[in-house]
Amino acid sequence: MNMHAQPQRTHAETALIDAFVERFSYLPGNEAVIRRRDDAVERLKAGLPTRRVEAWHYTDLRRLLSTVPMHDPAVGAKPLPALLQGSTVLPVLNGVAAHAPRIDGVTVTRLEQKLMDGSVAQAMACDDAADVIAPLNAAFVTDGWFLDIGEGVAVDGPIELQNVQAGGQAHVRFPVRIGAGAKATIVERQSGNGDALVSSVSHLTVGEGAEIVWILLQEQPVGATQLGQFNAVLGKDAKLTLFVMNTGGKLVRQEIKVDAAGEGAVFNLRGVNLLTGDSHTDVTMVLDHSAPNTTSSEIIRNVVTGRARGVFQGQIRVDRLAQKTDAKMACNTLLLSDDGEFSAKPELEIFADDVACGHGATVTEIDRNHLFYLMARGVPEKEARGLLVKAFVAEVIEGLEDEPLIAALEAKLEAWFATNV
Amino acid sequence: MLEIRNLHARIAETGTEIIRGLDLTVKNGEVAAIMGPNGSGKSTLSYILAGREDYEVTEGEILFDGQSILDMDPAERAASGIFLAFQYPLEIPGVATMEFLKVALNAQRRARGEPELKIPDLLKKVREAAGRLNMDMAMLKRPLNVGFSGGEKKRAEILQMSLLEPKLCVLDETDSGLDIDALKVVADGVNALRSPDRSMVVITHYQRLLDYIVPDTVHVLYQGRVIKSGDKSLALDLEQNGYADIIGEAA
Repeated sequence: MNMHAQPQRTHAETALIDAFVERFSYLPGNEAVIRRRDDAVERLKAGLPTRRVEAWHYTDLRRLLSTVPMHDPAVGAKPLPALLQGSTVLPVLNGVAAHAPRIDGVTVTRLEQKLMDGSVAQAMACDDAADVIAPLNAAFVTDGWFLDIGEGVAVDGPIELQNVQAGGQAHVRFPVRIGAGAKATIVERQSGNGDALVSSVSHLTVGEGAEIVWILLQEQPVGATQLGQFNAVLGKDAKLTLFVMNTGGKLVRQEIKVDAAGEGAVFNLRGVNLLTGDSHTDVTMVLDHSAPNTTSSEIIRNVVTGRARGVFQGQIRVDRLAQKTDAKMACNTLLLSDDGEFSAKPELEIFADDVACGHGATVTEIDRNHLFYLMARGVPEKEARGLLVKAFVAEVIEGLEDEPLIAALEAKLEAWFATNV
Repeated sequence: MLEIRNLHARIAETGTEIIRGLDLTVKNGEVAAIMGPNGSGKSTLSYILAGREDYEVTEGEILFDGQSILDMDPAERAASGIFLAFQYPLEIPGVATMEFLKVALNAQRRARGEPELKIPDLLKKVREAAGRLNMDMAMLKRPLNVGFSGGEKKRAEILQMSLLEPKLCVLDETDSGLDIDALKVVADGVNALRSPDRSMVVITHYQRLLDYIVPDTVHVLYQGRVIKSGDKSLALDLEQNGYADIIGEAA
C-alpha cells in the first residue's frame, strides 16, 4: 500500500496545470515538441519544490510562488530603449517575437518557427530531476530568438534580446550558437510592467576560441516572478563573461549552468544583486570544469535593504580529468537593514588533484571608518553612505573594461540608488 | 579661532577617559604644535575635533569661531571649516579620487550656500593644486588612496586640504611614514596654505616636522592635558631633553 499521499496542490500548482489545459491547443510546436511539453507538464504535476529539495533549500518555491496569473494575450508590451547605443534589438513582447532585423554574419530565427519544425525539441528535454524552470518553460514556451553567429564573425555592435511582459505569463527561450572564433556582446533584458509570471531559458554553445560578453539585466516590477535559466557549454579556449544584474522582481530565481568543456576555456561570472522591499532573489550557479586548464572566477556583490532576502548558491565541480583548473569564487554582501538577509552557499566538488580552487563569502555593514573619512571631508551622512554602497558594487562593473557598457550599467545603479538607498 | 575649555572625553565603547581637562586656545593665523609622548591623547584630540563618534565628550567645551561644535556631526564640522589630515588616510575601493574630490567640494559648497563647481573649473583647480604637490593627475583616476604609497597618501590629504580651503587645519602626525623628500613636499604644501585667517593644529611626535612647518606656539600634551605651552624653542628643548623633565615639573 502506498502511504505517501500526494499533498494537496497549492493554488499556484493548480493554476499552472489548469493553464496548460487551457493553453495547450494554442502553443506552437510539432509532434516532438508536443511530446516534450507533455513530459514537462507531468513534471509540474509532481508539485513545486520545497526547501527539502537541496537545490531549492533557500528558495521554497512551493511556498513562495503564491499566485500564478492567467495568460492574457490582449495586453500590449512595448520594446525598451536599448541599453547600449548601436545595438540591434530583438524584442519578445508578451511572449511574441516581434520582427527580425538583419545582422551581418548572424542568422536570426524566431523560436516559434523552430518549435513548429521541431528543431528545438531536443533542447526541451529536462534531465535534472530538481530542475523546475526548464520544465515550466518547456511546457509553456511560445517564442523567443534563435541566434546563429557564424564562424569567425566579429558581430558589429551589441545584440540585445528583450523579454518584455505586460502582465499574465511570458515564457521565452533564447538558443544561441556561437561559431568558432566569433566575437559578440549580447544583452539580455528581462523587464516589463505587470505582475507576470515569466520564465526565460537560454542555451549557448560557444565554439572554439570564441569570445562572448553576455549581460543579463533583470529589472522586473515589484509584483513579478522571474524564473530564469542560463545554460552554456564552452568549447576549447572559448571565453565567456557573464554579467548578471538583478534590480527588481518579487520572486526571482536565476540559474546559471555552465560547462567549461573544452581545454583552456575561461568563464567569468560577475553578479550584482540590488535587493529591496520584501523581494526574494536567488542566483544559483552550477559550474563544471570538465576539461584541463580551464579557468573560472565568480564575484557576486549584493546590497540588501528593507526586508529583502537574497541567495547565492555557487557550486563548482571539477572533473577528475580537469587538471590545472583555476577557480575562484567570492560572494560579498552589504546589509543595509536589520530585517534584510542573505544566504551564501559555496560548494566545491573536486575530483582532480592538481587544481587551485578557492571561495569566500562575507556579509558586512557599511564600514564606519570609511563613513567617518568621507564625512570628515564634508560629505553629509546620507550622501556618504550612498557613495560607499555604490563603490561596493561599482568595483564589479568597472572590471568589465568596456566604457560605454560600464557607463550604461552605472546609470542603472544610480537610478536604483536614487530610489532605494 | 579655536578655544578648548576644560575638555574631558572618553572612549564611548569602554568608558576609558583619554582627555582629562584639556585647555587650548589657537588664534587666527596661529600654527600651534601639539607634542607629547605616546598615549598622551594627541590623536584622540584630533578625532574629537573632527567629530568622530567613537569618543564621547563628558565635560567642557570646544568653540570654533565662538560657536560650540559639540552638537555638529563630522560633515557639518567640515563644512564649517575644520579639516583633519589623517595620520592613516583610509583606502576606499571603488571611489575614484577625482570623483571624491568633486563630491566633497560640492557638498561643502552646498552647505555654505555656494553654487556647485562646474567640471572644467574643478579640473583646473585640481590640476593646479596637484601640480604644486608634484602629484600625477593619473593618480587621481585611481580609487581613493588604494595602492598609494605612504607619501602619496599624505600628499593626497594635503591636496584635499588645499582644495577645501578650511579655516582650521588639524594635521595628525603628517610626518609619519614620510622620507625626507616627501616630508619637504608635504611641508611646502602646508606652508603655502598659511594665512592670517587660517589656523593650524600640528600634531607630531618629533621635532623634525617643525623644522619645516615652523610653529608659533608649542603645547605639550600629557595624560589628556596640556601641561606646558611655549614658543618654538620648547620643541627644540623637548628634542634635546625628552619629556621627562616637563612631566616631572607638572607632577
